[in-house]
Amino acid sequence: MADSFDPKIVAFCCKYCAYAAGDLAGSMRLSYPTNIRIIQVPCTGRVDIIHLLRAIEDGADGVYVAGCLEGECHFLTGNLKTKKKVTFVRQTLEEIGIEPERVQMFNLSSAMGPRFAEIATEMTAKISKLGPNVVEARKAA
Amino acid sequence: MIVADRKPVPEILEMVSNDQNILLLGCKGCVTVCNTGGLKEVQVLASTLKIARKKEGNPLKIKEEVLERQCDPEYIEEIRDSYDNYDAIISMACGVGPQFLSEAYPDQRVLPAVNTTFFGGAVRHGVWEERCAGCGTCGIHHFGGLCPIARCSKSLLHGPCGGSANGSCEIAKDVECIWDMIVRKKMEQGRLDDLQQIRSAKDWLTARDGGPRRSIREELTE
Amino acid sequence: MSTLKSGSRLEKVLISGAFAFTGECGPPKGANVDHLKEKLEHLKGNVDAVNVTDNQTAVVRMSSAAAAAIMVQEGVEPNFQMVCRDRNRLAIMSDILGAYALGVRNMLCLSGDHQRFGNHPESKNVFDIDSMQLIAMVKRMRDEGKFLNEEDIDGPPKMFIGAACNPFADPCEFRPHRLATKIAAGADFIQTQCIYNMEKFRDFMKKAVDMGLTQKCYILAGVTPMKSVGMANYMSKMVPGMDVPASVINRLKGAGKGKVAEEGIKLALEQIEEFKAMEGIAGVHLMAIEWEHRVPEIAERAGVLPRPQA
Repeated sequence: MADSFDPKIVAFCCKYCAYAAGDLAGSMRLSYPTNIRIIQVPCTGRVDIIHLLRAIEDGADGVYVAGCLEGECHFLTGNLKTKKKVTFVRQTLEEIGIEPERVQMFNLSSAMGPRFAEIATEMTAKISKLGPNVVEARKAA
Repeated sequence: MIVADRKPVPEILEMVSNDQNILLLGCKGCVTVCNTGGLKEVQVLASTLKIARKKEGNPLKIKEEVLERQCDPEYIEEIRDSYDNYDAIISMACGVGPQFLSEAYPDQRVLPAVNTTFFGGAVRHGVWEERCAGCGTCGIHHFGGLCPIARCSKSLLHGPCGGSANGSCEIAKDVECIWDMIVRKKMEQGRLDDLQQIRSAKDWLTARDGGPRRSIREELTE
Repeated sequence: MSTLKSGSRLEKVLISGAFAFTGECGPPKGANVDHLKEKLEHLKGNVDAVNVTDNQTAVVRMSSAAAAAIMVQEGVEPNFQMVCRDRNRLAIMSDILGAYALGVRNMLCLSGDHQRFGNHPESKNVFDIDSMQLIAMVKRMRDEGKFLNEEDIDGPPKMFIGAACNPFADPCEFRPHRLATKIAAGADFIQTQCIYNMEKFRDFMKKAVDMGLTQKCYILAGVTPMKSVGMANYMSKMVPGMDVPASVINRLKGAGKGKVAEEGIKLALEQIEEFKAMEGIAGVHLMAIEWEHRVPEIAERAGVLPRPQA
């Protein structure tokens, strides 16, 4: 079951690092799974708890936030603030019986094209193993 | 402000386990200031409850609304036309809100989403601490502007007790010993004598001990 | 300090100028009177009075007033401790009257450890009044025959009033002042927290003497013999307001296996010797909790036996 399903993964990527790394991955012609739906934000600090929860609520199998390396956030502390929000969302999911690993935060610099591709691959593999988001599974059933 | 903490989600889910359609009511007062029951928190709780119920295959319909306050009847009245469209109302306001709602709409089920705790303020973003016990006879001016009733674990009026260590209360290292603070302040001001007097036993009649309280401004009543 | 306030044995010993020697006994965690009587056997005749603890560290035990009354029956003079944590002023006054009616003549007024430390941490705490107000209240009951509300008492309790003092709690500079307030409130005698840091205690006593406190009140120095290195470490780290210098812990360690308890007793005996000669010290309060069977030996070796006739 787990192998045959195609995960839907939402990735909030900050303009200054993660999205730029994504662009670089593109120019380097690096391959990574097409399951990732990228949403560009000016800074990961813009991402709020509600965005992550709504993604799960609306059927995403996995959600991740990709921002600058800690200490190098273009807006200084946006990525640090969102790190805590991601922890909160993971705790909330655990409270209601959903795997907290479906939501995760990653940090990389704009020069790390290969890392961008690696994150996408990692996340897709992990979510494939976890199986579909129960919300979606129920809808289909 | 009045500080409250949201109840654990499983507890809230249990309250609405037999409901299909609820109204989730936030409050723009104290609970917004302590980031527990304002607009954002209403949205987050609604999404969380929906996810949990979808997971069970028993979806929950939630109407999200935020009132100006839930401690004034005119705002409670705002839902008069719609309150009975729901199986239950969850209030995210402090303990006053769900009660005012219950009194205004006795035929509706009103549930508290938060545990109301204390009167306090923000010491830094995200951290609120108790400052006042609502004893009804404020005497903080006798103690350098600090309140031993609310902030001493034993409400001593002649502290500190023998458990005070390094400025911390005996109950936990991260709880300040308010008496240590009061004594040091008085020492700095050269007013240690203020603490030598023996104060008479406190009159708790004005506190909750005397019974549920009421406050009347005659000049405003009709 | 010439006419007797309570007529208790402890009061008479202190007034006579003899070096007082008091002990301590925790009531049983139940109604097992035999267990209490067993412990008392070791203390009888070896001390002037026995402190009876009141739900110490917020662990429920037989009430101190009841245990004190049993002691009176057994011919041992109790010093009944009362904490402000568990009772409001009504219950406090009521219990004092009851204890006095049953023959209790000494009491120690305390705040009490917070109930979070105990075995029923979820309980409501009272603290209607604090230890300072308790001292003042008992004094008024005794000397004026009045309840807190000024009404007359039908048979005032003539208690000998004690209070506790911890010279090692923070802020240190304030402790002599707080002691002064307790004495002004009406404390007749003081028992200190157990002492290990002798240097700090000597400084404290100098201040107390300078402030004239030792003229107005009898101070008994608290001594608790260390049974083991583990006990010393525990007290140093886990008990609030306890000052255990590294030198004490090292001395115990150096005693060698199987000899630590004896070294602990030797240390206590040295302290008692110094207290006998220290200005302002009227006696020693020995807290050998759950080690009551060693008290006769310690009393003998400390040279405080026989206890004076009172």
